Amino acid sequence: MEKIYTRTKTIQEDKVSGFCPGCMHSTVIKLIGEVLEELDVVDKAACVLGIGCCGLHMDYIAYDNTTAPHGRACAVATGIKRANPETLVFTYQGDGDFASIGLAESVSAANRGENITVIFINNGIYGMTGGQMAPTTLIGMKATTAPKGRDPKEHGYPMHMCEILNQLKAPYYLERTSCNTPANVNKTKAAIKKAFKNQLEGKGFSMVEIVTGCPTNWGLDALKSLEFIEEKMLPEYPLGVIRDRSKEEV
Amino acid sequence: MARVFMKGTEAVAEAAVRAGCRFFAGYPITPQNEVPEYLARRLPEVGGVFVQGESEVASINMVYGAASAGTRAMTSSSSPGVALKSEGISYCAAARIPMVYANFARGGPGVGSIQPAQQDYLQATKASGNGGFRMPVFAPSTVQEAVDMTYEAFDWADRDRTPVLILADGVVGTMMEPVVLPEMKSDEEIAAIKASKRDWACIGHKLDYAHRAWIQPGQWSTTKMQEVNEEADALYKSWKARSEEYMVEDAEVVLTAYGISGRIAKSAVNVLRAQGIKAGLIRPITVYPFPYDAYDRLDYSKVKGILDVEMSIPALFVEDVAVAVKDRCKIETCLCSGGNIMSRDAVIAAAKKIMEG
Repeated sequence: MEKIYTRTKTIQEDKVSGFCPGCMHSTVIKLIGEVLEELDVVDKAACVLGIGCCGLHMDYIAYDNTTAPHGRACAVATGIKRANPETLVFTYQGDGDFASIGLAESVSAANRGENITVIFINNGIYGMTGGQMAPTTLIGMKATTAPKGRDPKEHGYPMHMCEILNQLKAPYYLERTSCNTPANVNKTKAAIKKAFKNQLEGKGFSMVEIVTGCPTNWGLDALKSLEFIEEKMLPEYPLGVIRDRSKEEV
Repeated sequence: MARVFMKGTEAVAEAAVRAGCRFFAGYPITPQNEVPEYLARRLPEVGGVFVQGESEVASINMVYGAASAGTRAMTSSSSPGVALKSEGISYCAAARIPMVYANFARGGPGVGSIQPAQQDYLQATKASGNGGFRMPVFAPSTVQEAVDMTYEAFDWADRDRTPVLILADGVVGTMMEPVVLPEMKSDEEIAAIKASKRDWACIGHKLDYAHRAWIQPGQWSTTKMQEVNEEADALYKSWKARSEEYMVEDAEVVLTAYGISGRIAKSAVNVLRAQGIKAGLIRPITVYPFPYDAYDRLDYSKVKGILDVEMSIPALFVEDVAVAVKDRCKIETCLCSGGNIMSRDAVIAAAKKIMEG
């Protein structure tokens, strides 16, 4: 019989995932590993991890990595890439990291068109610290620091990072995907592959925003989280390619 | 080597280039703007990279990244900007990332004044970021010293995988002096330095968990975190302090000061000696580690008092001096602040007051 699927070698077999049941970090990390192997660039990869749950896998990924101060991943990635352009440099950041405390670093790296890749995990909540309001928290969604739910009069509105970066000239590729269905998982993998290829071809800044769930801090079980993504998150964060400069090149 | 006439900031920048620095990220702040301006021109000439960061915070993190890739990297700033960099400095110390940064200190606290001061002493030597770490801190009193220290700082940083601080001030940064520049490292030497960091540099390794580069500014395991801190502490304790001791053998009044105040104090010692007063000077060249032993070598049967000279109000450097002197004689201070430069006459008057008892 032909073997058609195997575990990615970029995740250590003897390590136990630290993620909660129903969390999609593990799915995305698996996809990143598969893409690195398929592109045969594991030995060129350097991952800059954000602070929070997006750094939990540092111990069991088998490729080079470091952890940036909270929000600074795009600045650290800029330094690695500029100092060593042959390295495939990508950040792995949550919404608090990328869109709140790191907003200046994120927008500025995108505006410079740094030849790096950002994997941005948007689950609308702070995970590791226990369910505080994120810039991406939905209107009415409860958080430990917005106990009555996000109120636009007090907290403003959810931030749409793909659309914000789409106001800049330099970014090359911006796509929003999800991992709530097998089809969307496949689309996420294709988007990550495209984003990495863009960097290998020297095209410039690429970001894949991945809408995921946080069952623990949403107070939902894994399956109900999938429904919440479909019914609440995706109407606010519509999936699709927001910017693809390769389509403009003839 | 020919002598050239250069401004302190630009001389430090050129010394960094000659030491093999090939990455600089910085953000404008007075009085050190000539460092990023000089390197924006100079680094591309030697195949290096200059980036104007969107902030001091971003700049130090770019340096964290570039140095994590094995490249000799540097940033510079002045007091309020250095405060902003403290997060990244702590990360570099924790992750054992070699890098060099310079503080051309100005008045403080807050936005303070843009003129020279020495108000950052405690920040520079005791708490340059969160978490309790140490790093070598050089205190140049001349442009030549600033150049030589910058050149050496990169070797020290690489040897011990540590940040190194050049604690200069607005005087050393903005004055022009004749200076002998160090030898330019060749491209081959610079490539060899980078290659020597290949094992731990975060630039990609073949698929092998044991040999991946994992640059960790923290630890999940409390046991491991303590081990890392103990290892770092042993390193800190291995460092040797340096100082200049001038005319201290028979001194009855000993001036002590670092950086530009040290230079002014030395000039005051010469005047006092010409007037028949037995004055001497202890000038720390490194303020971390601090040369406590220099104060042990004084003959306290002769010393009537120590005069702490610093451009800081409140006095900060005096805290280390007090630890060093251990109540063996009295300590008086001669201070100025706010961007005012220390007056030699004020130093001489304060030394005479000690002599008069």
